[in-house]
Amino acid sequence: MQIIYAIAALGLIGLIFGLLLAMAARFFAVQTDPLVESIKEVLPNVNCGACGYAGCSKFAEAVAGGEAKTNGCIPGGEATAKEIAELLGQEVMDSTQPIATVFCIGDCFKTSDRFVYDGVMDCAVASDFLGGFKACSYGCLGLGNCVRACLFDAIKMGEHGLPVVDDEKCTGCGLCATACPRAIIQMLPKSKEGHLVLCSSKDRGKKVSAACEVGCIACKACIKACPQEAIEMVDNLAVIDLEKCNDCGDCVPVCKPGTIHRRIEIPSAADALASAAAAQAETA
Amino acid sequence: MEKLLSIFFIYIFVENFVLQRFFGICPFLGVSRKMETAIGMSMAVVFVMTMATLVTWLIYTFVLVPFGLGYLQIVTFILIIASLVQLVEIVLRKISPTLYQGLGIYLPLITTNCAVMAVALLAVRQEFSLIESVIFAISASIGFSLALVIMAGIRERLELAKIPDILQGTAVTLITAGILSMAFLGFKGMMTL
Repeated sequence: MQIIYAIAALGLIGLIFGLLLAMAARFFAVQTDPLVESIKEVLPNVNCGACGYAGCSKFAEAVAGGEAKTNGCIPGGEATAKEIAELLGQEVMDSTQPIATVFCIGDCFKTSDRFVYDGVMDCAVASDFLGGFKACSYGCLGLGNCVRACLFDAIKMGEHGLPVVDDEKCTGCGLCATACPRAIIQMLPKSKEGHLVLCSSKDRGKKVSAACEVGCIACKACIKACPQEAIEMVDNLAVIDLEKCNDCGDCVPVCKPGTIHRRIEIPSAADALASAAAAQAETA
Repeated sequence: MEKLLSIFFIYIFVENFVLQRFFGICPFLGVSRKMETAIGMSMAVVFVMTMATLVTWLIYTFVLVPFGLGYLQIVTFILIIASLVQLVEIVLRKISPTLYQGLGIYLPLITTNCAVMAVALLAVRQEFSLIESVIFAISASIGFSLALVIMAGIRERLELAKIPDILQGTAVTLITAGILSMAFLGFKGMMTL
């Protein structure tokens, strides 16, 4: 009999409180904006934070509240911006989808190591350790912080020791750029064509050429050669302004180390291997 | 009347639930970063503790004891406390969304907070009457609030102080809690039931 009482007592108390809670939930219900829900569905929902908000739900709320721009979701790109604009009944805004670009072409064949590094295989840790094991203290160490940071599988480590960006998969969220301790990766607008100085070294002259065959030695030859005056020297490094660059390519032949390349013709891992093999065949 | 007054003062100072009996340390350390959340949490705890003690006392006296189900007190009390906290959460979400966001995870943590459970259990174990239990709960929760508010005040000032690297964060907080607890030892023996 005791057990019946026990079960009945507990069961009844549970039931009563359950009903009480159900009534309270109904009575004190908080209404969520259906617009926020529909915006959320359109987003990639990766929670990368590129929009500047803490997660996709927060961005959806901000857009519904009129705070955030409809093209704020960078990984979503133009497609998402268009859908959000439609949901809000607004016109689509112009979007300049950014894409990641690695500003270093000093692969393992063009540079050398100062010492053998046997520590934690993390770019930030290695970079802090005595200025990095690479001869160039500004160059890519190839330990893959950027690769690990990417949520879209758009950047991979090439066999030549440098990361390679897949232009198709890159959504421009910028996580790889943040992950790189040497700020070698920069986000550039996808559609803009032109040439780039693919180096991040703030050293000049002999120091650079001793460390890397293809580093920018700050000789200013490209600046003189550019008919658009699109190149300027910043901290011993030539920087090409893509807005001014008309892709004429006059800077390429005057660049002795060969640091300047067309945006769409950045040397790949295969190129690096091939040129290294060719160089070896010559010396052999 | 005398007993009610002594209960009221004893459980705020002499037998402070957080600093002397070490109940409810989780919200004590977790919510005491800012004064606003500390005060909000304190009010929630006062409400939950008092309601919980009231309801559990009633159910214990009129349902469990008559049927000889005294041994079910722990399970039943957990059930009641959990439901009450859910209720508080639902109401709070509607009435004050800012406080709801501010408290975050710590609100449902009142459910598993041993302080609330302890008050409910001790009220029946010490065989208080209904009024005495309610005063007991109010006093214990005020004591909890006192400890929380003092801690919040200290921690807000600690944010601006120069603390050695090795002691930053939880370390200095725990040391502060220890010192606060020692300070409250000064009240020992002042009043007894």
